[in-house]
Amino acid sequence: MSLLTLRLQEIHNKLHAKEITVSDLVDESYKRIAAVDGQVRAFLTLDEENARAAARTLDGQASGGTRGLLFGLPIGIKDNIVTEGVTTTCASQFLKNYNPIYDATVVRKLKAAEAVSVGKLNMDEFAMGGSNENSSFHATTNPWNAEYVPGGSSGGSAAAVAAGEVFFSLGSDTGGSIRQPAAYCGIVGMKPTYGLVSRFGLVAFASSLDQIGPLTKNVEDSAYLLQAIAGHDPQDSTSLNTEIPDYVSALTGDVTGLRVAVPKEYLGEGIDPKVKDAVLSALKVLEGLGAVVEEVSLPHSEYAVATYYLLASSEASSNLARFDGVRYGVRAENPKNLIDMYTKSRSEGFGDEVKRRIMLGTYALSSGYYDAYYLKAQKVRTLIKRDFDQVFEKYDVVIGPTAPTPAFKLGSQVDDPLTMYLNDILTIPVNLAGIPAISVPCGFADGLPVGLQIIGKALDESTVLRVAHAFEQNTDFHKQRPSL
Amino acid sequence: MSVTIKDVEHVAGLARLALSEEEKERFTEQLNAILKYAEQLNQLDTDGVEPTSHAMPLVNVLREDERRESLPIEKVLLNAPDEEDGQIKVPAVLE
Repeated sequence: MSLLTLRLQEIHNKLHAKEITVSDLVDESYKRIAAVDGQVRAFLTLDEENARAAARTLDGQASGGTRGLLFGLPIGIKDNIVTEGVTTTCASQFLKNYNPIYDATVVRKLKAAEAVSVGKLNMDEFAMGGSNENSSFHATTNPWNAEYVPGGSSGGSAAAVAAGEVFFSLGSDTGGSIRQPAAYCGIVGMKPTYGLVSRFGLVAFASSLDQIGPLTKNVEDSAYLLQAIAGHDPQDSTSLNTEIPDYVSALTGDVTGLRVAVPKEYLGEGIDPKVKDAVLSALKVLEGLGAVVEEVSLPHSEYAVATYYLLASSEASSNLARFDGVRYGVRAENPKNLIDMYTKSRSEGFGDEVKRRIMLGTYALSSGYYDAYYLKAQKVRTLIKRDFDQVFEKYDVVIGPTAPTPAFKLGSQVDDPLTMYLNDILTIPVNLAGIPAISVPCGFADGLPVGLQIIGKALDESTVLRVAHAFEQNTDFHKQRPSL
Repeated sequence: MSVTIKDVEHVAGLARLALSEEEKERFTEQLNAILKYAEQLNQLDTDGVEPTSHAMPLVNVLREDERRESLPIEKVLLNAPDEEDGQIKVPAVLE
């Protein structure tokens, strides 16, 4: 059994007792990558030399003092989070040579906690997509079945954890990009409250929705990783200045009297019957533990996808204006003039999905259409947020599936953007409302994992983690691993 | 409302994108499908509803106006596609 499949506390104890070294852990990670990444293709960049050097340094220091729990753990980082001296591409040809001159705040925090980054993980280009097929380098495959997508846009981050290549990873979630791939790959993925985790050093897609979060094998690891990365950052003007609770101590296993709302819209039309069955069984488990489950309505759910694509694309068109070939990135050759240089550099550097969203966003923000599309979507966002506010007056959590179906086959939706967008119908409302949610494994459909989504009030990560942990303690879906 | 190839050309110009004829046709079709889908928002009465640009309350973040160390020039230029004499070089702005 690989060291990387052990519980965090067990690894910590072994390191402390000197049964293993950090170099052993890093070795194990690269061995596993060498064995399976030819098929999974989760990584874009391996940072082996630095990781081994960091491991040796940590091994040299290990004798003194008490170490934090993340000490020595191999981690993978989504390639839209900047890492000093290690190429960060956002899976785009535009940034294929980009060498960041600083670390993102989350990376700085993980380095301070003495975790070891082993490399950068594949994604949909600029985090736009739900399948990892929009990476301009190569597609990642689902570790459970290589004919299927791992989900997106943090598909590399989810697949690397599911395949046992890293202990855990970081992803980013704009419309479900942590939770949906976590569900498809049978692991735990958490999107924190907007503003809880600093976005400094995250290459922006849609700034009012993006949030960095952990992808892990179980809920306990998720709590530990969140603890390490949460907190106020003066370098991010949207970072919340709030007290960070002890997330690990929230994992009590007790959900007695907890009030669970199940939106009827989340189990209605378009939900795969096997997904629905798995979610209903999961609700029974929670009821068995003393939770009170009741049906509610989030009446504006059906408008979330349209709202999201207008707002996210508008913000993307604005954020991606900085990619002009002047200060960084790939500049087109032999431009006629400055405007021609911008245009050629962007046209050669961006892939299909990125261009499509820039076009949609530019259109929605353009003179004459702003009120009809962008402003209208912002107003509907208010209605979607109010739906949640009303439900949370009476309930502690909202529970439903993470995605309407299990993973789909590679290539099956790639020419149909609208169908692809609808895969995110259950995760998007959470981003629009800025609230936290986690996806935990809750079953299988035709051999592919199914995810259960637990949504909480703003800044109430503790309750979300508590419910997820209680469910996990009473099921064994999270213990099942793909046979790679 | 429906988007024509001419609209797509106009928007591509605003976005500084040069599209091939094939891309123009495909994006016209796909943008029409997406915008048609988005028109379902018109079913909702949003009169008097405040727009939400951020889910969490945002306040201006200010700091003291004091001198701070800036990045060294070699770091600033590390990723620049073209440079000369410590400056980023681009094609002539004035003809």
